[in-house]
Amino acid sequence: MDEQPVDEQPAPGVPAPARPASRRAAIEAVDVTRSYSFGDTTVQALRGVSFTVDDGEYTAIVGPSGSGKSTLMHLLGCLDRPTSGTLRVGGRDLRELSDAELAELRNREIGFVFQAFQLLPRSTAVDNVALPLLYRGVKGAERRERAAQSLRAVGLGHRLTHRPTQMSGGEQQRVAIARALVGEPRILLADEPTGNLDSRNGAEVMRILEQLNAERGVAVVLVTHDDEVAGRARRQVRVRDGLVERDTAAEHGTAAGGGAA
Amino acid sequence: MKGLEAFRVALDALRGNRLRSLLTTLGIVIGIAAVIVVVSIGAGARQQIESQVEGLGSNLILVVPGQFDTQNLSSNAAAVSTLQRDDGDLLADVVGDPDAVTARLTSGAQVRAGAVEQFVTVQGSDQNLPEVFTRPVAEGQFFTGTDVEARRRVAVLGSRTAETFFPGADPVGRQITVAGTRFQVVGVLAEQGESFGVSQDNEVHVPITVAQRLFGLQRVDAFAVKSPSAAQVPELSRRLWRVLKAEYPDQTFSAVTQTQILGVIGDILGLLTAVLAAIAGISLLVGGVGVSNIMLVSVRERTREIGLRKALGARQRDVLVQFLVEAVLLTSVGGVIGIALGVSGSLLIDGLSPLPASVEWWSPVVAFVVSAAVGVFFGVFPARRAGRLDPVVALRAD
Ligand SMILES: Nc1ncnc2c1ncn2[C@@H]1O[C@H](COP(=O)(O)OP(=O)(O)OP(=O)(O)O)[C@@H](O)[C@H]1O
Ligand SMILES: [Mg+2]
Repeated sequence: MDEQPVDEQPAPGVPAPARPASRRAAIEAVDVTRSYSFGDTTVQALRGVSFTVDDGEYTAIVGPSGSGKSTLMHLLGCLDRPTSGTLRVGGRDLRELSDAELAELRNREIGFVFQAFQLLPRSTAVDNVALPLLYRGVKGAERRERAAQSLRAVGLGHRLTHRPTQMSGGEQQRVAIARALVGEPRILLADEPTGNLDSRNGAEVMRILEQLNAERGVAVVLVTHDDEVAGRARRQVRVRDGLVERDTAAEHGTAAGGGAA
Repeated sequence: MKGLEAFRVALDALRGNRLRSLLTTLGIVIGIAAVIVVVSIGAGARQQIESQVEGLGSNLILVVPGQFDTQNLSSNAAAVSTLQRDDGDLLADVVGDPDAVTARLTSGAQVRAGAVEQFVTVQGSDQNLPEVFTRPVAEGQFFTGTDVEARRRVAVLGSRTAETFFPGADPVGRQITVAGTRFQVVGVLAEQGESFGVSQDNEVHVPITVAQRLFGLQRVDAFAVKSPSAAQVPELSRRLWRVLKAEYPDQTFSAVTQTQILGVIGDILGLLTAVLAAIAGISLLVGGVGVSNIMLVSVRERTREIGLRKALGARQRDVLVQFLVEAVLLTSVGGVIGIALGVSGSLLIDGLSPLPASVEWWSPVVAFVVSAAVGVFFGVFPARRAGRLDPVVALRAD
């Protein structure tokens, strides 16, 4: 693994997939719905979404508030199960998996980056980043070593023992990215990762995500309200009222996600 | 997640909330300490009584009228004694030694010597008492068989009684008045010691013939018989009983051995200790409920943390184990503190108060296991609740 600090690299313009030739579906959703019911009212957050994320793809999901973007992200990330429809992650049908298997699947295949960072406030950066490895049964020393590597990869080699409260928002989100990355997942899901950041820190976070996609071939799916951020992605998916309104990949007739932007 | 990791995570969480952890565990601390102290006092009391009963000599058999009630350690109170002094000869024939049997009649009376006056236990005894009960005479001598038969008004004092009525002086040869009758003191018994602050030395012995006349009684309360050897005790007690039964077929008698008495005392003390320990254990229960409550609060406070851990790959089981270990750690630490307090408390009580206390080796071990078990029992519910949280919902919590 090459571990050059990202700070020394120029920001790539349009991220290029690492291995365009060997693509296959990392996540496959077919006619997926998700509804929430309380009492006799039922809210249909997703009303039949078909959507595929290929290995190494870089996708931006946009859409108005309440359209179902987060709901979709939770399904893609195996945090939730669809009400109906088929969802395959890493080739495995979620319906056939137990809750424990689902937990293992998201531990191995998925890296999550949240809008609100979601770091453990009392733990150091290294301990926060090492958390996914804890649930994979990796030993303490190796865990910390890999966590430190991951932190260096997002340019935080000098913040290893800092706690979240001692770091800026941008730094905290980079710790969260390092955590999403440490388990070497196939897909990185980021729900409004820059939503709580100012534009400079937001740009830095985006640059890191793009670079990870370009250099490591990690598929990135990010939700954003920022048109400029969305515009830099090769593929854009617009969600509205629980349906996919527009998918640039489909428009170009290349289901594997051709170059857009 | 391995057990050791769960332990470290739990320790971190408890450390982050030191004061609350300490307060939560206080109920367990108090409960464990109280149970240990109660059990220690029970054990100490048993040891003291056993050593006192054994001090009487393990060869002792008590012959009492009525049915010996093993529940109350007394003969049936309703039965009026039919034992006469002469019956002692029957018993002596069985043992084959006239000096191995002593009769006893117990009462109490106002006793006066000079300006000192007090109500004291008066024992009607005969010359064989020092031998049968192994009670050496410290000063003077015990009254003789002639004194008993001739109904001489002589008295032998317990060591405390001697000190009460004749402080700093030798009572032998002095006069005392028992229930208005004058007696001459001929001896003082050696000190026997206390049991629960009640002295065995606070009594006056007079010839049983005199006591019968003094209290207007014909009867004898009991005979004490000393068996030649411990091995002969069971057989001898049966034979004693048979002889009396043959003489008085319509009446009931009991021949009680020291083993029986010890058994009964053990049962009573065991029951008493169990009841008191159970009462003390209620504090443990309350402490456990407190732990459960705080764990529920903790689960609620850390809902986001739980959601995050699940999002990163923690299984339901991992989260459950994490919170269960936390609860068990909490109560175990409380248990250890409670054990330390209970053991040192017991030692202090034994040293500084009249109550005896003896820490049984198993009580700290059991206490530790119980405190950990309380953690499991009261931690399971909050831990399961934590494990079952839906990660999406949990991550949204604030
Ligand atoms: N747990 C839930 N219970 C009930 N309704 C829910 C739940 N989660 C989401 N919804 C509903 O589903 C719809 C989609 O919500 P979702 O969070 O996916 O929107 P979003 O596109 O992410 O919006 P935003 O841009 O504001 O984050 C909304 O109408 C929301 O009220
Ligand atoms: Mg959202």
